Amino acid sequence: MGAAAVSEEYPFPLPTPGVITGPFWDGLREHRLLVQRCLTGGHLVHYPREFCPVCYSPDLEWEEMSGRGRVHAFTVVHRAVHPAFQQEKAPYVFALIRLDEGPILTSNVEGVALDEMRIEMPVEVYFDDVTEQVTLPKFRPVGG
Amino acid sequence: MSLRGTAAIIGVGSVKPERRMPDRSGIGVAAEAGIKAVRDAGLRREDIDGLITQMPGETPTALAEYLGLRPTWSHGVVMEGATGTTSVTLAAMALDAGLAKNVLVVIGGLAPGGDMPTEGGSRLREQFDAPFGPASGATGWYAMIANRYAYEYGLTDEQRASVAVQQRENAHGNPNAIFRGIPLTIEDVVTSRMISTPLRLLECVMPTGGAEAVLMTSADRARSGPQEPVYLLGSGMAVDHYTLGGASTLTTSPVAISARRAFEMAGLGPRDMDMVSLYDCYTITVLISLEDAGFVPKGEAGAFVESTDITYKGELPVNTHGGQLSYGQPMVAGGMSHVTESVLQMQGRAGERQVEKLDYCFVNG
Ligand SMILES: [Zn+2]
Repeated sequence: MGAAAVSEEYPFPLPTPGVITGPFWDGLREHRLLVQRCLTGGHLVHYPREFCPVCYSPDLEWEEMSGRGRVHAFTVVHRAVHPAFQQEKAPYVFALIRLDEGPILTSNVEGVALDEMRIEMPVEVYFDDVTEQVTLPKFRPVGG
Repeated sequence: MSLRGTAAIIGVGSVKPERRMPDRSGIGVAAEAGIKAVRDAGLRREDIDGLITQMPGETPTALAEYLGLRPTWSHGVVMEGATGTTSVTLAAMALDAGLAKNVLVVIGGLAPGGDMPTEGGSRLREQFDAPFGPASGATGWYAMIANRYAYEYGLTDEQRASVAVQQRENAHGNPNAIFRGIPLTIEDVVTSRMISTPLRLLECVMPTGGAEAVLMTSADRARSGPQEPVYLLGSGMAVDHYTLGGASTLTTSPVAISARRAFEMAGLGPRDMDMVSLYDCYTITVLISLEDAGFVPKGEAGAFVESTDITYKGELPVNTHGGQLSYGQPMVAGGMSHVTESVLQMQGRAGERQVEKLDYCFVNG
């Protein structure tokens, strides 16, 4: 099993959820953006782990995020690693999104002209059901 | 307790970076650099009792056997671009502890075939990036850093390009540099193919095969060889993050901590340095490192490189071998090339690109 499986209808890499990360992807399928919260110190943890990296607590619970955030950093990819992204999507926005609650997610920003992308731009999540099994959390400008 | 002045580099070896080395093995390329370093130090195979390596798909024991070595102390080091500088520190520690008398450090191998892999890395982490389409190599991540830096401090395409152009000037004086003799202008850089905004092709390293090695011994033995010993006066290290989302800040690198620790151990500061060799996977890396190591105030590196001669002829020579951008990036040995170049410079053996006055230099990986 690779890091990301590819289906025939959907040529882009797909996540391969495991025991630890599964609930994140399960939540997305229900259009809920979940992040782990540590019950000992209240820290939010992303990517998912078995221990909170701040207080090492193993007591972690999934919590729904507001889905609002800001563009922490972005780039417009012209030369992608994956051939499908190269052939079908480039150029596209690849970004780090800082959720209002704090965690930082890698994602895409869509629904905005490439030259109108700005760092710290307010964005909100939308749920892209890319296959029957997989929903990706992507972002678009607030009100966009 | 400190490592200050306890160990010295007394020999170096390099294998010229090449894009393709179809008639070579990775371990053979590494071994060649190692043999060169042993000979450069005037030592025999039997004298080597310590070995540190990093080679794709190979282990220290494999290289020991290949080179007919039977070290009594050996270690593999996996620290990404900082593998070379980390290995030098580790060798100094082993020498200081009396675990070995002569430590050979060898890093290198062949470039991977084809383009970079589309998958790989840890599934646990990579599944959160791959579905969104990372750029080729690490370019997308450094591109985001460059954009965020420009947002916070201001930085132009031409300022970043100046790093690549000035390092190319240095490469013209280096027979081992892969881009020696190929002219490069600001215009060439800012019009080269876009990889991931704002980074263009000529701001990115090219992966090559190759290997870099040094031979280290303790200070009390360092003067017995044919080469001028180059002493390790200070060393510092800092690890901040693995994924960019885990970084404490995007625009200040761990160099801010590692450099301060190295200078503290040495009892020296940035103003004492006559030459600087900074890890340069991308142009932006050099700019941020110049600031974080204390050579330029935060936010001013772009204006600094635009108005300052940072070639080997200039007031603050940076990456005199051409940097990895013009020397080639022999995989993880790319970081080590900054070490071997600095040693050659300190010994006055850098040929056409020799820096004139040289007492102290600063290297980061
Ligand atoms: Zn916690």
